[in-house]
Amino acid sequence: MEKKEYQITKESFRFTQEGKSLKDKAPETKPVGYFKDAFRRFARNKASVVAAVIIGLLLLYAIIVPIACNTNFIDAYSRDTAKGEAADTDAKFYQYLLPKVALFEGTGFWDGTQKKQINNNNYVRYKAIEQETGAPVITKYFREIVEEKFDGTTVMHEVRVDSYRSNAFITKTVTGPEYEKIQAWQQENNIQVLFPVVDPAQKNNNGDITIWYKCKLSGAPIYAADGKTLQPAYKTNLADDYNSLRIAGDDGSYAYANRTGKPGSFSYECRINAYNYFIYKYGIEPCFALGTTDAGYDLLTRLASGARFSFILAICIATINLLIGAIYGAIEGFYGGVIDLAMERFSDILSGIPFTVVTVLFQMHLKDDVGVVGSLIFAFVLTGWIGTASTVRMQFYRYKNREYVLAARTLGATDARLMFKHIFPNALGTLITGSVLVIPGVMLSETSLTYLGIVNLDTGTMSSVGSLLSAGQACISSYPHIVLYPAVFFSLLMISFNLFGNGLRDAFNPSLRGSEEG
Amino acid sequence: MLKYVLKRIALMLFVFFVIMTFCFVLVKLLPSLPAQQFGKDQALIEQRREQLGYGKPLMVQFYLFIKHALRGNWGMSETLYPMSDVWDTFVEKLPYTITVNLYSMLFSVPIGLLLGIYAALKKNKWQDHVISTGVMALVSVPSFIYAFLIQYFLCYKFGWFNIIVEDYNVPVFSWKMFVQLAPAVIALALPTIAGLTRYTRAELTEVLTSEFMLLARTKGLTRGQATVRHALRNAMVPIFPMIIGEFIGILSGSLIIESIFGISGVGKLYLGAIKAIPPDYNFFMLLSAFYTFIGLFAGILVDISYSFIDPRIRMGAK
Repeated sequence: MEKKEYQITKESFRFTQEGKSLKDKAPETKPVGYFKDAFRRFARNKASVVAAVIIGLLLLYAIIVPIACNTNFIDAYSRDTAKGEAADTDAKFYQYLLPKVALFEGTGFWDGTQKKQINNNNYVRYKAIEQETGAPVITKYFREIVEEKFDGTTVMHEVRVDSYRSNAFITKTVTGPEYEKIQAWQQENNIQVLFPVVDPAQKNNNGDITIWYKCKLSGAPIYAADGKTLQPAYKTNLADDYNSLRIAGDDGSYAYANRTGKPGSFSYECRINAYNYFIYKYGIEPCFALGTTDAGYDLLTRLASGARFSFILAICIATINLLIGAIYGAIEGFYGGVIDLAMERFSDILSGIPFTVVTVLFQMHLKDDVGVVGSLIFAFVLTGWIGTASTVRMQFYRYKNREYVLAARTLGATDARLMFKHIFPNALGTLITGSVLVIPGVMLSETSLTYLGIVNLDTGTMSSVGSLLSAGQACISSYPHIVLYPAVFFSLLMISFNLFGNGLRDAFNPSLRGSEEG
Repeated sequence: MLKYVLKRIALMLFVFFVIMTFCFVLVKLLPSLPAQQFGKDQALIEQRREQLGYGKPLMVQFYLFIKHALRGNWGMSETLYPMSDVWDTFVEKLPYTITVNLYSMLFSVPIGLLLGIYAALKKNKWQDHVISTGVMALVSVPSFIYAFLIQYFLCYKFGWFNIIVEDYNVPVFSWKMFVQLAPAVIALALPTIAGLTRYTRAELTEVLTSEFMLLARTKGLTRGQATVRHALRNAMVPIFPMIIGEFIGILSGSLIIESIFGISGVGKLYLGAIKAIPPDYNFFMLLSAFYTFIGLFAGILVDISYSFIDPRIRMGAK
């Protein structure tokens, strides 16, 4: 038989529908993948989107504030204190300041003032500070309250007190050059930082150096003969090397420092106005938008640095747990049998250990080797991956006997390739949701642990939400703002994460597809 | 069934033993400084430690530890309550923890169930939305934040309660003690109420839409009858074990709530033992054992209670 050569050319083909109209069209829309579909369904859930935006804003706050404040006084101030130099005690001068925004100055709202009832002695004390420094402590006078008691009447004053001015004076020992510098700065800017030293012989003030006038042991002032002028009780005529601004009414005899030490290395114990000293040091008036903590740190940056640490820790732990859990669960689910049984028992035992016990043991053991943060991470990781592992294991059991896996195996795919290329992607959606939900869990645990003081992360530049809360709780009745802002921040974060997580879970759950429209 | 229970208990004891071994070894690896306060008599300390097996191999120490522990002798406190028996102190503190948690359960279980049922019956009406929003907020916000609110408003602003528990000379189950514990009870009850409400609502709405409810209505039951006799009974299957788990959990209490309200219970004891310098290891061992045991036991009880409540699950186990 003769062989026939077939030549197939383009011309030998022709369209079947040639000349007829085509009824079907190429799809105009793009195919929707798993993740795109999930995203679309997530975007339809309004509450979750709002929650995601809030989380984003809080995250931005935590990231930006500590960086943005790098150049301004607030951070400089924290850095000084972190060095543990003399500045360490400076922070204390600015403790318990109330939230103040310069914009609201004098409105009585968010301007660092507080409505208070004070007794007559305190009233005179505040008025005296005003007389001495020229800055009003009492910004508004509401009313006088006269209380009749069996031992006479007491007069109380309901007033608005400026917390930035009320704790006016601090005692601070400075070196010679520093003393010179302050004097020169005073002269240049015409702002009085150093004030005359109160005579220690005047013991009736109980060490309160804001009382510069003669007073009785009760704190009540001793007036001059006219019955209303306060009599100064300053130290006079000392060798204080002072040659700068003098307060009103100074005839040149008031002493502005107690000089101690040997010639050449004198140190000067001064009575310093805290407000003006802040301006001298940082070139800006003290104004803390969220107030200051019990240690005198700025709450805004302190909270942001705590939150930033919390976020970073949570993300790290979520990632580590995801990795360990994925590998562990994959091996368990893929091989099954004895390996699965042994590994399951192992994770059963681990999951039985209470988290607090683990944390404490790790803090005791590893703190010196890997630090507080390191041991905290170890504690979180020890049992944290078990949930991820069981999710992955379940998905592996579900998919490992599918035909397509068999097909891939027939084509010669290795175990590792089957596990991670072919089966693992099926578990991805559930894992992503799970990992996002791990983040608020870790943040909550970290905050609880730092609140209880089991873990202590506080340094000069870093803090944690938990330790801010626990410090604030100690003075909750007098300075509720210290606990309020961290609490609001944390509650908002937790609520948002919960809503966000719910939305994410629904979006990644294919069985709910289409149910929203119904 | 019995076989299953026994198997679970045996497994639990094994896990408990392993965890305790782990804790024991880790604690023994720590430097053990003689506490200064402990009688200040070195000879006494040495004598007592010799009794505990110090200086012997670790295995022997572990054997002695188990032998003593089984007889209720967990050693003496060295730093926290010097010279007092660890077990006795623990037993002394336990009632306060149990009381405060018991009160909170007594309030939260009925309230949570009722709110959940009400929300489920009024599904997608405004009552449901109000309850669900409240529950969402309460579930998310951690309990120590309510504790601050309670402390600030109820204790400080309104002055209804003391900020912390002050008077321990009154009987545990007395009105006076109850008033002292009230703020802590509220702080503990709120998240439980929220959790229970959410769970009950979810379960009940699912049951209410199932087909046998339609059958129940068709055969002439009123809505109330159908809900109570059919829907609620079925919805309780997963809810009841949850309540049982919480009841076991009341023993372990809450570290945070106890420390905020100054309740001198087990949680505070645990914190005190950890924070003491050097840490009080004997307390630590006892309380770690206690917490581990409670956790494991609650898990088993929840699993077993499922099969007691639901005949279908019981059949499956055979």
